[in-house]
Amino acid sequence: MPSLGADMAAGTLVEWLKAPGDTVARGDILAVVETQKGAIEIEVFEDGVLGKFLAQVGDKVPVGTPLANIAPEGTDPGDLADIPPEKARAAQVHTQPVPPEKPAIIASAPLPKTDGHRLKATPAARRLAQQHQINLSDISVPPGKEISLADVEGLVKDPDTETSKFAMRDAIAAAMSRSKREIPHYYLSHIVDITGAESFVSGINADRAPADRLLLGAVFAKAVSRALRKYPEFNGHFSDNRFVASQTAHIGMAINLRGGGLVAPALHDAQEKSLDDLMNALRDLVGRVRAGRFRARELTDPTITISSLGERGVEQLFGVIYPPQVAILGFGTPMDRPWAYGGKIALRRTVTLTLAADHRVSDGHRGALFLNAIEKLLQKPETL
Amino acid sequence: MTKAGTEALLQSELAKIAPDIDVAEIDRKADLRDEFDIDSMDFLTLVTALSKELGFEIPERDYARMGSYADAVDYLAGFAGQ
Repeated sequence: MPSLGADMAAGTLVEWLKAPGDTVARGDILAVVETQKGAIEIEVFEDGVLGKFLAQVGDKVPVGTPLANIAPEGTDPGDLADIPPEKARAAQVHTQPVPPEKPAIIASAPLPKTDGHRLKATPAARRLAQQHQINLSDISVPPGKEISLADVEGLVKDPDTETSKFAMRDAIAAAMSRSKREIPHYYLSHIVDITGAESFVSGINADRAPADRLLLGAVFAKAVSRALRKYPEFNGHFSDNRFVASQTAHIGMAINLRGGGLVAPALHDAQEKSLDDLMNALRDLVGRVRAGRFRARELTDPTITISSLGERGVEQLFGVIYPPQVAILGFGTPMDRPWAYGGKIALRRTVTLTLAADHRVSDGHRGALFLNAIEKLLQKPETL
Repeated sequence: MTKAGTEALLQSELAKIAPDIDVAEIDRKADLRDEFDIDSMDFLTLVTALSKELGFEIPERDYARMGSYADAVDYLAGFAGQ
């Protein structure tokens, strides 16, 4: 059971999406787990053959406890049944190892089977069904069609969506309380001219189909990832009393959820991606977050967070760092301002860029240089 | 497509993005993004879906003509009549 947040103690196994004996590859979705953040898909982190499941559907499994064994390909899966969990390589998400608090729960019941085919349902549908103890196999949908949230809602007598809202609020409160307790934040703010960046985006979009258009947010993320190359002390994790800089930038994008709450899943490898690739990744990520379909790794991997207020916000935001990260950047709402430009006062499009960073790792001097570097990159968007 | 048809299309695409907002409850002349609480990514998703359904690529420079729900209905009806 991976840790999906600073204060997660356990997760409830909602469904297995693979069966013992299945050949699995890194990145395959293995199971769905219910957490305070909602239903999360758990990925496999090594290639091999699935052995015995060590937890069963409905179990509340402590963080760090193995969920299943994986043997190298070519192994007879039957041989795996007798391997004690501590000897086998456990399917774990790539995250800080947390010692198990109690022995793994050994599955004894057979897998729930439904006429030989696997039930397909969206994570949101699974979550609601789980909350109301509705059996997904009781829901009839046309063959091949996924069970949607609406299908489950139809069976809920008293929709109690408040429960999940409170859980989300609890998760945010726990992470942010830890942040304010442990991280000595410092804050910097800088107004940046983005007139050029905006016209760069509209110039590109003029000739493009809607599905290929850029958003300013992707340009911001790209500029940040480039600036991080020179300022690695803002990119990484602080744990066990020391900071480890990340070799690559996984940028957590704060995305607000309809009806309350937010998550900040990762745009992976932002430095290696072109602007268009980054935009496609952002579109895909936001789409899946809105549909309640994101992956465990996307929650644990971010090495820095960007929170962007968008077009309907206010001038600036003062971020709270998401542990174990050490920095959060805020982009305020783009605004027209009278601005000194080319030796005159001109009306320019500006954004207020803020940084909250961890004083255990860096100082305001370096933070200021980091913000200046982002500003410079945004003046030459065509080079991003 | 008739004007009523384009409005129905707009309603159905908005319902996918903002299922919690009832069109009957909104101020049709107020800011579309405020009324439906949609951000720039949601709006791009809306434009992408509408363009696909109408078989016409809504240019970015026309976003301003979809400032309110009522404006968007008029604007889309203009295409439907072409």
